[in-house]
Amino acid sequence: MTENQLIPNLFRSEYSKIIAVLCKKFGLSNIQIAEDIVSDTFLKASETWGLKGVPNNPTAWLYKVAKNKTIDYFRHENTFINKVLPEIKNKYTNVSIVKIDLSEHNIKDSQLQMLFAVCNPIISIKNQITFALRVLCGFGIDEISNALLTNNTAINKRLTRTKKKLRTEKINLKFPNNKELEVRLDNVLTILYLLFNEGYYSSTSNKSVKKELSIEAMRLLHMLLNYKPTSVPKANALMALFCFQSSRFDARIDTNGKSILFKNQDRKKWNYELIEKGEFYLNLSSKGIKTSKYHLEAAIAFWHSRIETNENEKWNHILQLYNRLIQISYSPIIALNRTYALSKVKGKKIALTEALKINLKDNHLYHTLIADLYNKIDKEKQINHLKKALKLADTKNDKLVIINKLKALNN
Amino acid sequence: MKEFMMIFRNDVDQPKPSPEQMQAMVQKWQDWIGGIAAQGKFVATNALGFQGKTINSNNTVTDGPYAEVKEIVGGYLICKAINIDDAIALANGCPVLTLGGKVEVRDVMVFNK
Repeated sequence: MTENQLIPNLFRSEYSKIIAVLCKKFGLSNIQIAEDIVSDTFLKASETWGLKGVPNNPTAWLYKVAKNKTIDYFRHENTFINKVLPEIKNKYTNVSIVKIDLSEHNIKDSQLQMLFAVCNPIISIKNQITFALRVLCGFGIDEISNALLTNNTAINKRLTRTKKKLRTEKINLKFPNNKELEVRLDNVLTILYLLFNEGYYSSTSNKSVKKELSIEAMRLLHMLLNYKPTSVPKANALMALFCFQSSRFDARIDTNGKSILFKNQDRKKWNYELIEKGEFYLNLSSKGIKTSKYHLEAAIAFWHSRIETNENEKWNHILQLYNRLIQISYSPIIALNRTYALSKVKGKKIALTEALKINLKDNHLYHTLIADLYNKIDKEKQINHLKKALKLADTKNDKLVIINKLKALNN
Repeated sequence: MKEFMMIFRNDVDQPKPSPEQMQAMVQKWQDWIGGIAAQGKFVATNALGFQGKTINSNNTVTDGPYAEVKEIVGGYLICKAINIDDAIALANGCPVLTLGGKVEVRDVMVFNK
């Protein structure tokens, strides 16, 4: 690792840890103070290390400076309170009591609590994701706006609003009790699922940004899996899904950032270690009684990864899984994917009849599917639907795929 | 969109299917339900089991649905549809119809809050 990568990398890994520990100690409402302390610490690092060289143990150095800065801050706060507002009782009357515990154990605990505090349904989903990227993943503002395809002003607004909401709603870092845990965990899993998809389906052509989002989602999920009360079958199923999908990351996008369709992917670029991990987590997830949508999606992803399996058998399994999935969780994409699987099992004609009933006429993927089903059956209708799809498609990538299909037809 | 319930009815005396036939039937049901769900019109479904008892108006409890009837309700599916004709169209392809049974389609009443 080059020296100019060191600080950004440390920022990524240590920012969230120190913030979590500070917030656990001083309350989530003081998160701004925590952020300032950590930012100052890194600023000091970049100044000092530039002059004196990188210390032998950079992390320990950062922790030491962060601790000192925290004590400094409260000493000043103490002064302010002692001199200006002597009537108000201060919890920390003795500054030396301020002990910051940056042990591995406390870091883990604090980060878990922070994860639940960030993924709180009181905050809008968009803001939960933005906040998570900042506070849990240590992303810079630039990086976040890049990843979420917006600008710095918008991101800063979201963060300010979120912190304000945390204060007004008095959200704290207390870990949810047994009664609330299941519902709150569901919400956390939803956020991680969305975060992963931001990376997996994101329309930004920046391949490394996409990967990072998905990797972060997996890292945070891993935290949950390492803690017994949250290592439930559903969470394992979600990890299985993440593993299967990310195994194809390198094969899905070419060097120019364009998507490669599944059937055209170079299988040698699949990450088989991740596929094995996926199977491991899929097995773990089967130890429960309830089947969640993550179980079904993971199972579908599993079958897609099994290239040696007979096509008929594979698609039969996939169709049955989609049948169940669409009953518990409807979405246009699932409906269209199910129809595609139907065409593989029962042929294009039957699938076409069902597909036309779906009638998602404002969805470009719907028209692409219909066009595919009309292939070699009715060229005029096929072209018609591809043209409709082109009008509705909104990203360059998607438009390109459709244009290529139209080109192939004209030859 | 309104909600409609499809009630699956069939004769009490049915030939006993083999495991393969049962497996094939499960798939047929799932395919048919999946088709309704893919249109975004699925609400809920349940099959009814064989633990049947009936409490009568004279407060006696007898075994089975009704002793005299030859028809039994096997289950239901609640769907969303524009009108009853739309719901009937959804009922098309219901596997019970291939077994000599019928699908009774009824609207679910809505009471204003």
